[in-house]
Amino acid sequence: MGSRASTLLREEEIEEIKKETGFSHSQITRLYSRFTSLDKGENGTLREDQVNFRGFMRTLAHFRPVEDNEKNKNPPTTEPLNSRTNKLLFAFRLYDLDRDDKISRDELLQVLRMMVGVNISDEQLGSIADRTIQEADQNGDNCISFQEFMKVLEKVDVEQKMSIRFLH
Amino acid sequence: MELFFNPFDNLLCILLGISFTVWFTLLLVFIIVPAIFGVSFGIRRLYMKTLLKIFEWATLRIERGAKEKNHHLYKPYSNAIIAREPTSLEEEIKEIRRSGSNKDLDSATEFEMSDIFYFARRGVESIMDDEVTKRFSAEELESWNLLTRSNYNFHYISLRLTVLWGLGLLIRYGFLLPLRVTLAFTGVGLLVFLTSLIGLLPNGRMKNFLSEKVHLMCYRICVRALTAIITYHDSENKPKNGGICVANHTSPIDVIILASDGCYAMVGQIHGGLMGVIQRSMVKACPHVWFERSEVKDRHLVAKRLSDHVQDKSKLPILIFPEGTCINNTSVMMFKKGSFDIGATVYPVAIKYDPRFGDAFWNSSKFGMVNYLLHMMSSWAIVCSVWYLPPMSREEGEDAVQFANRVKAAIARKGGLVDLLWDGGLKREKVKDTFKEEQQKLYSKMLVGTQEDRSRS
Repeated sequence: MGSRASTLLREEEIEEIKKETGFSHSQITRLYSRFTSLDKGENGTLREDQVNFRGFMRTLAHFRPVEDNEKNKNPPTTEPLNSRTNKLLFAFRLYDLDRDDKISRDELLQVLRMMVGVNISDEQLGSIADRTIQEADQNGDNCISFQEFMKVLEKVDVEQKMSIRFLH
Repeated sequence: MELFFNPFDNLLCILLGISFTVWFTLLLVFIIVPAIFGVSFGIRRLYMKTLLKIFEWATLRIERGAKEKNHHLYKPYSNAIIAREPTSLEEEIKEIRRSGSNKDLDSATEFEMSDIFYFARRGVESIMDDEVTKRFSAEELESWNLLTRSNYNFHYISLRLTVLWGLGLLIRYGFLLPLRVTLAFTGVGLLVFLTSLIGLLPNGRMKNFLSEKVHLMCYRICVRALTAIITYHDSENKPKNGGICVANHTSPIDVIILASDGCYAMVGQIHGGLMGVIQRSMVKACPHVWFERSEVKDRHLVAKRLSDHVQDKSKLPILIFPEGTCINNTSVMMFKKGSFDIGATVYPVAIKYDPRFGDAFWNSSKFGMVNYLLHMMSSWAIVCSVWYLPPMSREEGEDAVQFANRVKAAIARKGGLVDLLWDGGLKREKVKDTFKEEQQKLYSKMLVGTQEDRSRS
């Protein structure tokens, strides 16, 4: 039956999330409704990794368009979650599986394997990974740090490609 | 032991007696007798019009109240939350790469670290909003219909509104619910009793005639038990013997709605309990197709029994819901091809409920059957439209799946529903891996394809 979403989310919480993520009031209530419909176990968290609603919103906030920040009346004091750097950091963490701030050859291979499935052989994938690291690595440690990552992608239109347009 | 009679007690008994008699007479005259003869006094339609006016007033009042108190109103997300561009994997990744490098695209590298942006964004888009998940929960309403279950802005707005809501609560639970429960018991009871009686007759025209009349009568009583206001369109296309009737599925009530306007042979699994009793007695009066739990998995057996049934022209048309599960009536999901493979004429039917008076969708993961029926019987009414579409047959060179999709598109168009290719089974199961593998194949072609070009040049 229709979810009584906004009654379960207190106004103070909505304000806090607004300050932290920059989403508007109506966007937060809609996404909360979405969160509850995905939360089949109804225990306030999503199954994998036990993500609660705050964590959910923090992740989604990375995908807010950058222009929306100008519309925001109270800009956050710290760097907003959807700044270019933070978007790049989000993408970097997708590759950096063990969170050691470096993308190793193994990690790159694992992610590549996830993206291509069984359609490419190990050798081919290995050579792709090697070439990518070779092009990006500047300090010779055979890993890609966040700085090197940013350098490789400095011309990419991250703001547009990592943004989702909201209708309200 | 002395019994103490009080003149007041006596009076009370007399009053109770009178009110019960009046009650039952009214019931009989206004509800059961018309049900038997299939006529209507128009009371339900009047009721519907009155309710609509009240709902409009209630919604305006809420909006005004919210503005005064500066609350934010929750807007239902039946419309999309986000805007999605319909670009393909290849286009998007090429665009990302193009913006990131000055090199000519044909001699582009196979893999760029920026490729992951596409996947990340598409993934998060699907998390925020997708076409399928929202079909498995009740449709959200634009205006409030004085039921707590569909109110998302339940703050105290005004005295008048609360009083109205309280009055509505009283009427629904104090008057309508007992009335409907009585009717339901009457309807079901009569069905079981009369069909068992008819089962004693020898097979023949008399039996079929009586069985038809009895079934129609009992279903009409059940329709009134739900205060269902149904409008049938295009009745000239009603299913005939030897055909299969397919319809979109929203709730078990669909059966009652269709069966009160025509006679069908039902298809289903044999249940235990009350349902089983009903099934066993119904089959005495006319042939339905009930399967044992074990037989349901055997597709060939099912197909054989169905095709045997349709080939016998004296038997009633079969009623089937090819989606296989209840969908929330905003869309039509994948039709299972089994019933389209038999080679019989298909009579499609579109059923569209009006959710303002009571949402008929059965969310089986949230509510059990009894809970659901109670919800149904304590709503204002169930209002729906039924369209009988012209019959369709499988054309030359069309396989069962294409035929099923063609029928589905016709039903979706007539009922104003979204036509989806997704399987309704996704309500309970995870998506098949083949979808992921498809995307992986597409992406791999981008990586490896360029390598082949390079080796050629």
